[in-house]
Amino acid sequence: MSSLIMPKKSRRIIPGFHLSLGYTMLYVSLLVLLPLSMIFIHTMSLSWSAFIDIITEPRAVASYKISFSTALIAGLLNVIFGTVIAWVLVRYQFPFKRIIDGLVDLPFALPTAVAGIALTSLYAPNGWIGQFFDFKIAFTPLGIIIALTFIGLPFVVRTVQPVLQNISAEVEEASASLGANRLQTFRRVILPELLPAILTGFSLAFARALGEYGSVVFIAGNMPMKTEITPLIIMTKLEQYDYAGATAIAVVMLVTSFLLLLTINLIQWLANRRFVH
Amino acid sequence: MEQSTAIQQASNVKNKAATKSAALQEPRIIRYTLTFIALAFLAFFIVLPLVTIFITAFQKGVDVYFAAITHPDALAAIKLTLIVVVIAVPLNAIFGVMAAWSLTKFNFKGKNLLLTIVDLPFAVSPVIAGLVFILLFGSQGLFGDWLFANDIKIVFALPGIVLATIFVTLPFVARELIPLMQTQGTSEEEASISLGASGFKTFWYVTLPNIKWGLFYGLILCNARAIGEFGAVSVVSGHIRGMTNTMPLHIEILYNEYQFSAAFAVASLMSVMAIFTLVVKDIIAWKSKSS
Repeated sequence: MSSLIMPKKSRRIIPGFHLSLGYTMLYVSLLVLLPLSMIFIHTMSLSWSAFIDIITEPRAVASYKISFSTALIAGLLNVIFGTVIAWVLVRYQFPFKRIIDGLVDLPFALPTAVAGIALTSLYAPNGWIGQFFDFKIAFTPLGIIIALTFIGLPFVVRTVQPVLQNISAEVEEASASLGANRLQTFRRVILPELLPAILTGFSLAFARALGEYGSVVFIAGNMPMKTEITPLIIMTKLEQYDYAGATAIAVVMLVTSFLLLLTINLIQWLANRRFVH
Repeated sequence: MEQSTAIQQASNVKNKAATKSAALQEPRIIRYTLTFIALAFLAFFIVLPLVTIFITAFQKGVDVYFAAITHPDALAAIKLTLIVVVIAVPLNAIFGVMAAWSLTKFNFKGKNLLLTIVDLPFAVSPVIAGLVFILLFGSQGLFGDWLFANDIKIVFALPGIVLATIFVTLPFVARELIPLMQTQGTSEEEASISLGASGFKTFWYVTLPNIKWGLFYGLILCNARAIGEFGAVSVVSGHIRGMTNTMPLHIEILYNEYQFSAAFAVASLMSVMAIFTLVVKDIIAWKSKSS
């Protein structure tokens, strides 16, 4: 109504525009933009060739490969198991369902260091689970994957669950009455609806896994070239007061996660265009 | 009466027909397999780690457990963690309300950019979140000389830990409130203002009751992360025992010294807090649904 009568004034009816926007801008400028800009300002002190030398050091390059591959595998595991868990929680009945549903959020609530030491003691060679395997899990890339899978699990479950809940039974009934079997209905009707949510969940889990530190340092073993993740390289350089080196690696991480978010947004936009419209 | 039972019977028949229909429900074997996979996965990744924490914590007896959690260093770590949380969480809550108010009640240029900036800390590795404050306030940092000349310590002291925690937990409350206030629109506030209420009264009596559960939810998540933040705090703390060690850092030190029972004892305290968080979250979700 008000927007029809006086479109310009409706914006001014509610007070506090300058106060709230000013406060918000000041807060993010001082606490987010200024600190983050320091990464780029500090890197300027390095010459281009020195910068390239630091970020292409064999130990750094090995860490990119480890961080990227373990985060990717953990993200894919979360897609598979996260979707199954969301499906089971929405569609099936079993005892203690509500408690189990609540437990899915544990990785959000449990401090990463606590998760790290718990998973390490479980999957160490003499641990409850580790002792049953002939090969080592903790202190190898497998251990990193386990920690990152733990951290990323709620992202996929919690993005897929509400979408699954909102798929109306009529759509599936229609599909069935047109002669589709259950698998066909899932592949052709349900999965396309879920795909954007699965992608969002994957991207959130993957982005979180790339930067994750607390849970990984305990289980990784942190052997250079083998199980050293990129955030740990930054940490090590900082402990040696090599601020320029730490900052250069941080630039690589920041640019990577930025490009990643951009790509994922693009994919999502394409997926939405294809499936929703 | 008879009619209602008839309807009930009819709906029962209908339900049975629906559950029986092979085209609408997976075969029983697939249902059981999927449930088994989901529960087994959660057992290995969620339940077992949780059980390990408590069992290892009490492995060497109750005495060792209480000695670990009442050790002066542990108490100092608990106190420091509480101080950090008490400063960081309210600041981010006020920011979250302010940001959500400006971003949902008004239209302005650059809104999407501001939304992205508010989200930015989620996309940054915790280690980098710590690093940026070293670059600002460390001895080689932008303000390093000035701080040294004036004898102010930020990095490797409480202010640095608080700043790093604020950075990492900054989006939580805002992220919870923005979508909520977006769907609520502005009509109720407009009505209140045009009936003569002041801006603050409108916020207090009209907006706040509408967003209280969302605000509470955001606070709980912000609080959990602030208590447990490890990477960012680890960079700026300097690990001075009894001085700048938060609870997660204290756990790390104990663990690296092979005092596993003590490490898991402190970890069990944090796990209790995590479980408490989950329970409160569940209650809030249930309350907000019913109201």
